[in-house]
Amino acid sequence: MGRQVKLRIWRGNKENGDFQNVNVEANEGEVVLDVIHRVQATQMPDLAVRWNCKAGKCGSCSVEINGKPRLACMTRMNTFEEDETITVTPLRAFPVIKDLVTDVSFNYKKALEIPAYSPPANLGPGEARMEQIDVERSQEFRKCIECFLCQDTCHVIRDHEENKKSFAGPRFFIRIAELDMHPLDTLRNRKRTAQEEHGLGMCNITKCCTEVCPEHIRITDNAIIPMKERVVDQKYDPVRWLGSKISKREGIS
Amino acid sequence: MTNTDIERHLYDVVVIGAGGAGLRAAVEAREAGFRVAIICKSLFGKAHTVMAEGGIAAAMGNVNSSDNWQVHFRDTMRGGKFLNNWRMAELHAKEAPERVWELEMWGALFDRTKEGKISQRNFGGHEYPRLAHVGDRTGLELIRTMQQHIVALQQKDAAQYGDAEVNLKVFAEVTITDVLMENGVATGVYGYRRESGSEILFEAPAVILATGGIGKSFKVTSNSWEGTGDGHALALRAGGKLIDMEFVQFHPTGMIWPPSVRGILVTESVRGDGGILTNSEGKRFMFDYIPEIFKDKYADTAEEADRWYKDQENNRRPPELLPRDEVARAINSEVKAGRGSPHGGVYLDVSSRLLAEEIKRRLPSMWHQFKELADVDITEVAMEVGPTCHYVMGGVQVDPDTAAAVGVPGLFAAGEVAGGMHGSNRLGGNSLSDLLVFGRRAGFGAVAYLKDGSAKPKLSDATVAKAHARLNAPFGRTGGENPYTIHQELQQTTNDLVGIIRIKSELEAALAKLQEFRTRIKNVTVTGGREYNPGFHLAFDLENMVIVSECIARSGLAREESRGGHTREDFPKMDPKWRQINLVCAADGEGTSSTAKTATMMSTELAGLFDPNELAKYFTDEELASVKGGSN
Repeated sequence: MGRQVKLRIWRGNKENGDFQNVNVEANEGEVVLDVIHRVQATQMPDLAVRWNCKAGKCGSCSVEINGKPRLACMTRMNTFEEDETITVTPLRAFPVIKDLVTDVSFNYKKALEIPAYSPPANLGPGEARMEQIDVERSQEFRKCIECFLCQDTCHVIRDHEENKKSFAGPRFFIRIAELDMHPLDTLRNRKRTAQEEHGLGMCNITKCCTEVCPEHIRITDNAIIPMKERVVDQKYDPVRWLGSKISKREGIS
Repeated sequence: MTNTDIERHLYDVVVIGAGGAGLRAAVEAREAGFRVAIICKSLFGKAHTVMAEGGIAAAMGNVNSSDNWQVHFRDTMRGGKFLNNWRMAELHAKEAPERVWELEMWGALFDRTKEGKISQRNFGGHEYPRLAHVGDRTGLELIRTMQQHIVALQQKDAAQYGDAEVNLKVFAEVTITDVLMENGVATGVYGYRRESGSEILFEAPAVILATGGIGKSFKVTSNSWEGTGDGHALALRAGGKLIDMEFVQFHPTGMIWPPSVRGILVTESVRGDGGILTNSEGKRFMFDYIPEIFKDKYADTAEEADRWYKDQENNRRPPELLPRDEVARAINSEVKAGRGSPHGGVYLDVSSRLLAEEIKRRLPSMWHQFKELADVDITEVAMEVGPTCHYVMGGVQVDPDTAAAVGVPGLFAAGEVAGGMHGSNRLGGNSLSDLLVFGRRAGFGAVAYLKDGSAKPKLSDATVAKAHARLNAPFGRTGGENPYTIHQELQQTTNDLVGIIRIKSELEAALAKLQEFRTRIKNVTVTGGREYNPGFHLAFDLENMVIVSECIARSGLAREESRGGHTREDFPKMDPKWRQINLVCAADGEGTSSTAKTATMMSTELAGLFDPNELAKYFTDEELASVKGGSN
């Protein structure tokens, strides 16, 4: 049967809070979220934790476990040492609501700032034709479950509240990249606005976001770097610059 | 607290639930020019729709041009064992393709065929490859597309009015505890913000329920914490009716090991893409479980079954792709006969059927899920699977065309919370399409209701005071039980007594037990404050789960036959007389009642789509005569 494990859980609200130590049973095959639920059911009925699917598909149970941004439902208990105290804290980049639940509304505000998909005007229902190979690039980014772990770990905002205003964060860079690479999207200038309006330039490619992504999306290599390169091409290539002026083309791809 | 202290909002339409159905309904009402509030229990974009894996069924005919709405309609009726509401199944089959194409116009990126069209995959009970899909994460694609379309509408409002949320606003992490009624007409909803525990009131003449399912009433389930039957219970308490509640779908393949992931879904696409089911003796057992009614459509040898994947014109389908109720019962029988896997399931193997690379490409989430949660590499070994409570066919009785709840003006229901569409058993892939088809219809049903010129009653202070008192009751009690304990007992009870195989004595025992829970939840005590307090949240969810479980048990006891998601050990046969009956649940004092209602007869036009010999398997002689007679 189960073994006893030691948890150190941060409890509190936006005003104050502290760690509380608990001992709780853990059974074979369990994940951190199971153990937190057991604490909730047996010792702390009002312990707040956000979760939904418990299968790594919805991205709700984002917390920091021993300081690392992770999904509590995908962190198996057998990855810790037998006598290790497991520290669970709320996401650091977002304001605490209560215990392990944070206010992630920053992300929903940023989502509103990214211009939506813009299909060709003359395309009727069922008329779209796209090659599998062309949709796959965007599909990689659409695997995103919006757990916001990438946002949480990104040092541009993790310790710099002041940057939040001008920085959309990795989750929304892949959203821009996804639309930019969409075979039928008609909106031009997505890369340039990523740079000029959404703070792409502030990213210095440390790949922290890619490392924490539970969906293993190659955020840095496949979205951020290609967009940065193309922005640089367009901005500083004199021939392209001249071409864009002459033909009044706004697009860069 | 007085009424004036409560956070109050005024809208034209309030949609409860932000899954596929709720969001589609909201879009429809917003685009018709009305102000809409969307209420979700969790964060925006996390609804249970996200868990749908295999795809969305729509007869677009992209992969096999023989497909059309008539074939889809027939498959849906067969899957539901002809208990489905004909009109809903017809509308669903006809409109599903438009809804899929519309999603594409809103930015969804489905997998493609060689010609660049939307690809379609095979699924249980569907005659042709019919499910539009994105690998095995189709639900995520649907929810994200709808979410982003809502954002797109908000961006338009921001540009036009300077406020993104002026006409369409999402209220995340809000739970609704009451539909507010005046003289039998819906006037708004009442609930609390999960975050702060503070109360919130929406005044609105049209209320759309899109709250999903009831899975959390069962112990082994693929549903998340949200599936607590809120909409079912809200409708009952508002005077609405629930039909077909005895039909609960146990998805044949849930994970069974390790225990903490028991119930998590293993998509049917594994079988659609070639996966086979075997028992502990290594036997591919589904050939032994092809029911008489399906013998002409399913292969009886492994050779023919395997040929079907390449040549569907000249071979019958593998029996692994029988409708879900058949497969779930077969697995149950194998395990009971002692031929189960070590952890009490059977084997689902795709590793010997497809190349590793192909498995990872076609079933990426499954590969990921088993690797990370069970430490099993499905490209090398078979999965262990068993039935898991997945979906409730029953739900709010609605008008098929407008999704209006029968008997409650101003109330609408769409998606899993609505009943009728799927009859006694839902086919895989028909849920996502149901969400969009009837979500949209609920949206325009609400719009038509708003425009119909009738006077809409005003919300009274007394009604608000009642809802307020109910919400605060758990905090006023002391010394009562912890809601978690009762919830665990409830789940055990439904699992043991109202599960996949039912019998009179156990259903009666379940009802007695549920009566006891009903008394005990009156004394549930909540400890801690109001701020994000899961114990407080569960206290209300629990009440919903108990009332819904009671409907399931009561209708289950009444229906003396076996059909689809309702199997009676003491009445193992399907009985044409019962096909004419829908069991209708209503609130009755503090409890519930179940009454039999005669189902409406299919039009001769629709009946004409079937071979009379097939209809003879389901219909009584009189019904057959009336259909053949062409009188309508």
